[in-house]
Amino acid sequence: MSSFDPKKIRNDFPTLNQTINGNPLVYLDSAATTQKPQCVIDVTTQFYTSQNANVHRGRHTLSEQATAAYEQVRQRVADYFQVSGNEIVWTKGATEAINLVAHGLRNTLTTDDTILISPIEHHANIVPWQELAAYTGATLKALPLNDNATFDIKQCCDVIKHTKPALLAITHASNALGNITDLTPLITAAKAVDALTLVDGAQGALHLRPNLIKLNCDFYVFSAHKMLGPTGLGGLYGRYSALNALLPYQTGGEMIEKVTLTQSTYRDAPAKFEAGTPNIAGVLGFGAALEYLMVLNQQELKEYEQQVFIYAANALMEIDGICIYSDLKSNIGTLCFNYKNEHPYDLATLLDGYGIAVRSGHHCTQPLMTHLQLNGSLRASFAFYNTTKDVDHFITALKECIALLD
Amino acid sequence: MTLTYQLVSKKIEHSTSWQQKYREIMLLGKTLPPLADILKTDDALVQGCESKVWMFVEFDLTENALVVIGDSDTRIVKGLLALILALYNGLTPEEVLNINAYEEFEKLGLISHLSASRGNGINAMVEKIQTLAKQKAR
Repeated sequence: MSSFDPKKIRNDFPTLNQTINGNPLVYLDSAATTQKPQCVIDVTTQFYTSQNANVHRGRHTLSEQATAAYEQVRQRVADYFQVSGNEIVWTKGATEAINLVAHGLRNTLTTDDTILISPIEHHANIVPWQELAAYTGATLKALPLNDNATFDIKQCCDVIKHTKPALLAITHASNALGNITDLTPLITAAKAVDALTLVDGAQGALHLRPNLIKLNCDFYVFSAHKMLGPTGLGGLYGRYSALNALLPYQTGGEMIEKVTLTQSTYRDAPAKFEAGTPNIAGVLGFGAALEYLMVLNQQELKEYEQQVFIYAANALMEIDGICIYSDLKSNIGTLCFNYKNEHPYDLATLLDGYGIAVRSGHHCTQPLMTHLQLNGSLRASFAFYNTTKDVDHFITALKECIALLD
Repeated sequence: MTLTYQLVSKKIEHSTSWQQKYREIMLLGKTLPPLADILKTDDALVQGCESKVWMFVEFDLTENALVVIGDSDTRIVKGLLALILALYNGLTPEEVLNINAYEEFEKLGLISHLSASRGNGINAMVEKIQTLAKQKAR
């Protein structure tokens, strides 16, 4: 374990070292995708340069090496979340992982069942459940939410107790607000009524690095590109018995045991859910990302990340007319805000002129925006490679943009 | 090219900085009278814009001219919309078909400040105008 040195970290991410519109890039869009350390880029290039082969079926040297490296990363993911390798399924992202579970429960749920979600979810953790409800006749309901978009955990636990859902699907941290969900009491309440639990870890997997055995959820989905890895890859953790009970999501090669012209039998999880040639280069790149993350001192990294976040929140709050919607007390490092009645699109466009990358819009959380009575917002999301200097550039530019509008 | 467009585009073209350019665009947007809320229907929304753009394109038979009105909930896009309106309003369908808005925007140095998604929104606005012009051209 090496101690956490922000200056050294910064140099590991080549993308951060550039100018946009003549200004140094200030990347505050890590909730959308994180930048990649050089080691991830190198491993991906190296794979295509000298190691490219398909996995699992070849007896030749390159194929065997590719298979070994590929399966090693599955184990590394399992180590990261402190679960077993056979409980990790590769998908093309967190969205596909949720779809996989939703599809896999088609024969399990009935018209008597309720699926419980929350109003702060990303569309990816809403729409697949709408589809499952429509297919099975199950009812889809949402947990109550305070006016400021935080949960009253006791009230939520009561709702779980009385609703007795078949499944609770909830995010580990809000992609729009950064708010961290207090999952433990919710999962405990869900377990008490025999509900399955799925946690959307697209934001939480990097910033909160959960021990999934302790968290005790049945499913946890994650996205590699939001964890320093390549795009086009994500995964699903499933408690083995819950995972293996799901129907296959896609069928074809790799996932079968025996095929005749009229019928087939399927392998057990995780192979059952991995039809076709996987994203091998992506997996190897993600392996490098995890290796990079796992040697950093987690405690120091978290403290540093929070330090930069609070510094940014304080500076932002000092600007007259700024309204912050994020819960600053329990947050992964995301600031959701607006300036007076200005449209976030205008400010995001002007900020780009200063080299500041933020996001504007509804952040794929339209129900949350409706709850907050917003048409959209600006979102500045931080990661451990951001510095207080980034914050200073951001705040200075924001003030200049505001002057342009006023 | 309409006289209005020549006047407004000159100001943008001669901006000394990108900030000045955006300021001119936003000022131009302010000159557009707002659409009545009753006209801001989903049918009038232009697809492909990150911000909301409502637009009506009609053909005035007696004048043989296109009439375009519109509004947007953002200042910058409203300014760009005003620019498009200045570019096309009052022209005959044949004249409309001869003007490539994207090229005009490029001349003003606006495209470099507009990302693909934002640019597509502009394309969608122009397409709506061009589609009607094509139907009406003789």
